[in-house]
Amino acid sequence: MYEFSYHKAGSVADAVEAMNKAEDGKFVAGGQTMLPTMKHRLASPSDVIDLGGIAELSGITVEGNTVTIGAMSTHADVAASTDVQAMIPALAKLAGGIGDPAVRNRGTLGGSIANNDPAADYPAAVIALGATVKTNKREIAADDFFTGMFETALAEDELITAVSFPTAESAAYMKFENPASRYAIVGVFVAKTGAGVRVGVTGATPCAHRGMRLEEALNNDFSGAACEGVEIPVAKMNTDIHASAEYRAHLVKVMAKRAVVACA
Amino acid sequence: MAENGIGASVRRKEDKRFLIGKGNYTDDINVAGQTYASFVRSPHAHATINGIDTSVAKASAGVVAVFTGDDLAADGIGPLICGVTVTSDDGEPHRAPAHPALAQGKVNYVGDHVAIVIAETLAQAKDAAEKVDVDYTALPAVTETGTAADAGQPQIHDLAPNNMCYNWPFGDKDAVEAAFASAHKVSSLDLVNNRMVTNPMEPRAALGEYNSGTEEITLHLTTQNPHVHRLVMSAFNQLAPEHKLRIVSPDVGGGFGAKIFVYAEELVVGWACRKVNRPVKWTGDRTEAFLADAHGRDHVTTAEMALDENGKFLAMRVMTKANLGAYLSTFSTMVPSYLYVFLLAGQYTTPLIYSEVKAVFTNTAPVDASRGAGRPEATYLVERLVDVAAADMGLEPAEIRRRNFIAQDAFPYQTPVVQCYDSGDYETALDKALVLADHDGFAARAEEAKSRGLLRGIGLSSYVEACGIAPSAAVGQLGAGVGLWESAQVRFNPTGNVQVFTGTHSHGQGHETTFAQLVTEQLGVPIENIEVIHGDTAKTQFGMGTYGSRSLAVGGVAIAKACEKLINKGKKIAAHALEAAEGDIEFTDGNFTIAGTDKGMNIAEVAFNAYVPHSYPEGLEPGFDENAFFDPLNFSFPAGTHICEVEVDPETGVVDIVRYSAVDDFGRLINPMIVEGQVHGGIAHGIGQALMEGCRYDSEGQLITASYMDYAMPRADNVPNFDVDYAPTDPPDNPLGVKGCGEAGAIGAPPAIINAITNALGVKHIDMPATPENVWRAAQSAA
Repeated sequence: MYEFSYHKAGSVADAVEAMNKAEDGKFVAGGQTMLPTMKHRLASPSDVIDLGGIAELSGITVEGNTVTIGAMSTHADVAASTDVQAMIPALAKLAGGIGDPAVRNRGTLGGSIANNDPAADYPAAVIALGATVKTNKREIAADDFFTGMFETALAEDELITAVSFPTAESAAYMKFENPASRYAIVGVFVAKTGAGVRVGVTGATPCAHRGMRLEEALNNDFSGAACEGVEIPVAKMNTDIHASAEYRAHLVKVMAKRAVVACA
Repeated sequence: MAENGIGASVRRKEDKRFLIGKGNYTDDINVAGQTYASFVRSPHAHATINGIDTSVAKASAGVVAVFTGDDLAADGIGPLICGVTVTSDDGEPHRAPAHPALAQGKVNYVGDHVAIVIAETLAQAKDAAEKVDVDYTALPAVTETGTAADAGQPQIHDLAPNNMCYNWPFGDKDAVEAAFASAHKVSSLDLVNNRMVTNPMEPRAALGEYNSGTEEITLHLTTQNPHVHRLVMSAFNQLAPEHKLRIVSPDVGGGFGAKIFVYAEELVVGWACRKVNRPVKWTGDRTEAFLADAHGRDHVTTAEMALDENGKFLAMRVMTKANLGAYLSTFSTMVPSYLYVFLLAGQYTTPLIYSEVKAVFTNTAPVDASRGAGRPEATYLVERLVDVAAADMGLEPAEIRRRNFIAQDAFPYQTPVVQCYDSGDYETALDKALVLADHDGFAARAEEAKSRGLLRGIGLSSYVEACGIAPSAAVGQLGAGVGLWESAQVRFNPTGNVQVFTGTHSHGQGHETTFAQLVTEQLGVPIENIEVIHGDTAKTQFGMGTYGSRSLAVGGVAIAKACEKLINKGKKIAAHALEAAEGDIEFTDGNFTIAGTDKGMNIAEVAFNAYVPHSYPEGLEPGFDENAFFDPLNFSFPAGTHICEVEVDPETGVVDIVRYSAVDDFGRLINPMIVEGQVHGGIAHGIGQALMEGCRYDSEGQLITASYMDYAMPRADNVPNFDVDYAPTDPPDNPLGVKGCGEAGAIGAPPAIINAITNALGVKHIDMPATPENVWRAAQSAA
């Protein structure tokens, strides 16, 4: 790592102030992406602002049909939460499948979606469940939050405070893991709600997105077979040494199908 | 069997310190005044160096020194050598371009060593390393094994036109051609043996200390063979005279071959500590391990088998291109030649074999021995070709093997490719494996899997390998610059406990336990009173180190012979003490007794006697401390059959290994628990190669699998429980009746797995690694 100044923020206001004062500051949540990047000397922030001590960013609450998860909730917290397990079991399962136990004990929901890694799991859930991202400045709808590869709608001094997830009639997440990194080569989150089907796809393209064609087919016929006839645009798919665009497009359909079957 | 002796699954003595965090690895060692080193490495696969400006780096905070290739050369430090000569088909020795420890005017692979920066802290060294300004002119890179020697490719070394190191033909080309011409059937196969990064858990490290008073350099290294390092660094690199160079290889976290070789960092650190007159410490990180540890395998082959109408193998022809990387690593030339071609007979009576190996240079990391070293490449090719031939002939895989096995009574068996197999019973191992794998029940299991939409396949691999490396005369004739005997010193202390100094090294094999078991069995000393010492050239006599599954087969016999000498001496001492004739003294279970009586003395008493020789045989030297050097008469030839059962999901191409059975002949087992562990580890290694691991460079020579994000190694959930059994035979050449076992799993597994997948899919072949996408595509094309 290069040298940096470390700040442990006691409140959101503290954290934002430290960021504004920094020459080139970065918030750190669980550090599961930030720290390895810094160790590889691929990132050299002048200031690292630790959000770990901010009480208002933690906690999981339920109000009616909405589960609100604090931004600093770890993947392990979410996976183990009896509230999440009861109300959105697919979300708890997704959290329990991120990385490995060590990663899950440190990685956070807020950190994950603020980073918007094209292969991260949470974005698919946020999109499919039509969640609302709450920040220190405003509320952002899922459809507006993820804007590009590693890019979100967040401003530089904007912090995610929590994410509110509405429950679904049924939902499931199916992920095809990269055998090396165990990130999603393709991950599909299917949510059946009163207002119709929503599908969130991660790993397949540079940014997690709504699987509109899959939604159309599934709104017509909520079955695994309905996914088979959908044409997934190969030209939009990522391609790398682990999976070609063609294979990825195929996997989107397969994971969607399996998610639908798991919804039953 | 003595308690804790041969055949007992004694818990490992070394595990205590490893489990409580008291292991002593090179990076754990810190000495007063030490400095830290960071290496500047080439970001280009192929480039000329127009100049190196170290001025800014030298002026950087905390920097003690910055050195380049010119500094090394000025001090007469010679380039890294390759110790095995292969004669090319033009009658000349292989082309050996210089391999400077720090680049001289040119860099030839990404990660190539260019300069060393030494500073007070590691962070300062790294910061300064970034400030070393190297003026490169990038050149086009050669990266593909199959085409590196083609006309028109960029030339890497002036000394090696067409990037050829050697072209090594072997066998009777005309006789083989005649056999093919008159064959009933010719089966052929193009296949790739995928490049592997060896990945021991502990990265390489070096700590150099110079004592200006005694002019001695002490180098702590993560080497599998400290004396070999000392010899090479002294005699060939001119680092220091041998008696002024101490190499210590303490606890080492795995080697698997990658830590055999003399590496640039090790030599440079050894030299630099004297140059700056302060200790210099370098610890590689994982990225450096990926970039700059020697890689393994990387063959492209066309293989053909000629058969008669009964499926009998008449002849085999193998044309291989083998990648040696940018420079010759210490044993590299030997791996795709002697360690490969000489195993092409496999378990079969194939009478005629012709091969040509073209060893090529590319702008990639040097390639050298890696668990199995040449024998996995041979076995993979033979066992895949045999399965292809079986399909061509309409024979079951087990049946075609039976028709061609070397018969149990035909040993020692002289193959047409130099190796003379010691002992074997291939049919028994096959039969045992078929039962262990419930081969008969496979059809029903496959049916059931089909109902779940999954494809099951079963694959055999009947391998034989050559290890227990090696008879000195044989390897000398082949062009090795060393002999491959082994040494042992068994020393009693006056109080009766024993120290065993072995020239081998233990970096995970459990020798501190196994060798103690040998001694407790032979000498009757309780195992807790036996200490096995290895790894320090100041403590232990010269030895050749550990690789090629040699430590027990060669090093163990040296220990046994030293023990024999002690017993013979002990008889003299006991006879005198007991006032009996030497011929009347028997030795059993640690006691020298007068035959037919209960009058005797324990070996510990005899030892004390020898050190306090108040009443002692005249003319006999005091002391109870014997050494022995053992040169093996032959390689040892473990063999067996592995059977792999897979379940393939045709929708995703994911391969699940649902069952894996291994029946191996390792001769006599000293510690069955340790042997089983080696089998497990070897099979896991093979699973990695077959399904997951693939070291890849892009067309510009950038290593694109340079971390665990992209290089997939098997984890616990990738491997099944293994069913392991043994079908031992007794090798006549080995006084202990043992064969090596450390590499066999990595040798036997890959073809068993690929044979299972091709069986599941009904396709002729699929290359390794059989990743989900590759399998999916193969399944698509088969459908």
